[in-house]
Amino acid sequence: MRIGTFKLSYAADEALFDTRVQWVWLALLAASLVLFPFVAGPYWIYMACLVAINVASATGLNILTGYTGLVSLGQAAFMGVGAYTVAVLETRVGTPFFINLLVAGGMTAAVGVVFGIPSLRVKGLYLAIATIAASMILHFLFAHWDLTGGTRGLSMPPASLFGIALDQPHKLYWLVIPVTALMVLGAANLFRTRVGRAFIAIRDRDISAEVLGIPLLQTKLMSFALSSFYAGVAGGMWAYFFRVVTPESFPLINSIFYLAAIIVGGMGTILGGILGATFMTLVPEVLKLVVGWLTPWIPDALSLLAPIRTIVFGALIVGFLIFEPQGLAEIWQRIRRFFHLWPFKT
Amino acid sequence: MSDGLTRSPRETAAPILKVDALSLSFGGLRALSGVSFEVQDGSITALIGPNGAGKTSMFNAISGFYRPSAGRILFDGEDISRERPPARAKRGLARTFQNIALFRGMTVLDNIKLGRHAHLKTNIFDALFYRGRAHREEMELRQEVEERIIDFLEIQHIRHAPVGALPYGLQKRVELARALAMRPRILMLDEPVAGMNREETEDMARFILDVKEEWGITILMVEHDMGMVMDISDHVVVLNFGQVIAQGRPSDVQSDPAVISAYLGSGDLAERIRKTEAA
Ligand SMILES: Nc1ncnc2c1ncn2[C@@H]1O[C@H](COP(=O)(O)OP(=O)(O)O)[C@@H](O)[C@H]1O
Ligand SMILES: [Mg+2]
Repeated sequence: MRIGTFKLSYAADEALFDTRVQWVWLALLAASLVLFPFVAGPYWIYMACLVAINVASATGLNILTGYTGLVSLGQAAFMGVGAYTVAVLETRVGTPFFINLLVAGGMTAAVGVVFGIPSLRVKGLYLAIATIAASMILHFLFAHWDLTGGTRGLSMPPASLFGIALDQPHKLYWLVIPVTALMVLGAANLFRTRVGRAFIAIRDRDISAEVLGIPLLQTKLMSFALSSFYAGVAGGMWAYFFRVVTPESFPLINSIFYLAAIIVGGMGTILGGILGATFMTLVPEVLKLVVGWLTPWIPDALSLLAPIRTIVFGALIVGFLIFEPQGLAEIWQRIRRFFHLWPFKT
Repeated sequence: MSDGLTRSPRETAAPILKVDALSLSFGGLRALSGVSFEVQDGSITALIGPNGAGKTSMFNAISGFYRPSAGRILFDGEDISRERPPARAKRGLARTFQNIALFRGMTVLDNIKLGRHAHLKTNIFDALFYRGRAHREEMELRQEVEERIIDFLEIQHIRHAPVGALPYGLQKRVELARALAMRPRILMLDEPVAGMNREETEDMARFILDVKEEWGITILMVEHDMGMVMDISDHVVVLNFGQVIAQGRPSDVQSDPAVISAYLGSGDLAERIRKTEAA
């Protein structure tokens, strides 16, 4: 706990944002998110949407892996389930986007529960491998099922709101940002209640969780369901963003990307999912810039981009695991504590 | 307050917990063989015996971690031998562990709140929106934890501290707090004062007595501190090599020749009592 704060009521003590300063920051953040599309160029709006989609998915994985302690490498494939669900609904049924996103979430949650069943028996590395197997099964289905359009995949129309087609990033921004904000807020709320506490209890010591009356299988599956729901909605937004869904859209490397995001950001903290996904989405862009500057000297630098990217990702994961296992969120907390009492105490 | 105060526990008719001819083995090793005893409602029952006698194994069988090879466990007259630990918890069976099993990364407050898990109704949808039931339940829970448990156990000053950072004696107290939050009918304590100094031991003994007398909760405890066992228990069950070798009132058990000889290997019983009482 930070010092220098004093709470008068239990409600105030349990609040998500407990000081006036935090509310001011939150308002500033909201205001800048609203203003952003009016001042930023198309490239940055495009990036903002991508960041938001990744934040939504990483937050979901954080619920499962960071908070419940169940390592999953299936997040990308689960996003695929959501993306295909949306694509099929858009092309064949034509229901409105918010229904499609909810159905995508629900469908993916159901799939997640099925693939979460091994988690009762296996943990850690073995569970990770079980989720890889799940990804492979899903990819096989994506590539061979008529409904999902085989290897060519599906193309779909844009989302539309009151007859306006959300076909450009600066329009879709108004869908993606609020949905992601709601999802992050929901996750933050979860960990103020018995449901979130039960997840953490299972992560930290599942034997004593059982003695407290927490049923392991049911709670683990609930975590899988919720995490997959997040993946499904994120995948649905991804589908609206790119409007072409193919079996190659959600490779295993993307699952590693999300795992890396929560490791770098901070496992088991809401802020960690946000910071990690943002950071990891922007790193390749920074690399692109750097490689661009290098082209005059190294002519084929661009062809090196993909391997460099992989190496940098790997180095970041290892670096954070060794030097800052609590991730960016912890670094941020340290900065905050520093400035909280600054300049009176440093 | 329970009327167990005025009646001697021996006279209350129905046992709240009954262990009936229970046997348990690990591979070839028989940890428990044909153990039977009863815990009367409103009593403090102590389970004692030398190291390796099977006391912790007995606790694990009662809370549902180990599946006995024979025998039954009756809670309020109902056979719970086949139930999973969460179902037993829901019935009102709470426990602490010999080697403290708190969630070290969580705060004291969150640890205690976890104790109430089975009694809360907030589902995942309430939780995501933190409206209505979720908010109401959390506020009621916070208030009750503060006013009934944190105040009672005098741990106000550490409520926001992460458990891992606390000294051993306080961790034991937090574990008791978490068990109390379960609103148990029977509380099983595995060596509640092991490793504590005299003052901490006396505090804990007082808390245990208060839990029995003010909260009306039945206590079943494993303890090596004979001074405390003799002081506060109503009924003592002595295990040795997985078998009950004596049971009865503390004073009777203390002078039982079988008990004295069982303790010879690990130091004379009377000697231990004198030592702990003198200390
Ligand atoms: N999980 C286990 N696996 C194998 N043997 C065990 C296990 N738990 C306890 N035992 C054995 O059972 C016997 C009783 O142990 P325990 O119940 O811990 O004794 P106490 O708590 O009375 O000191 C000991 O011989 C111990 O080694
Ligand atoms: Mg023991």
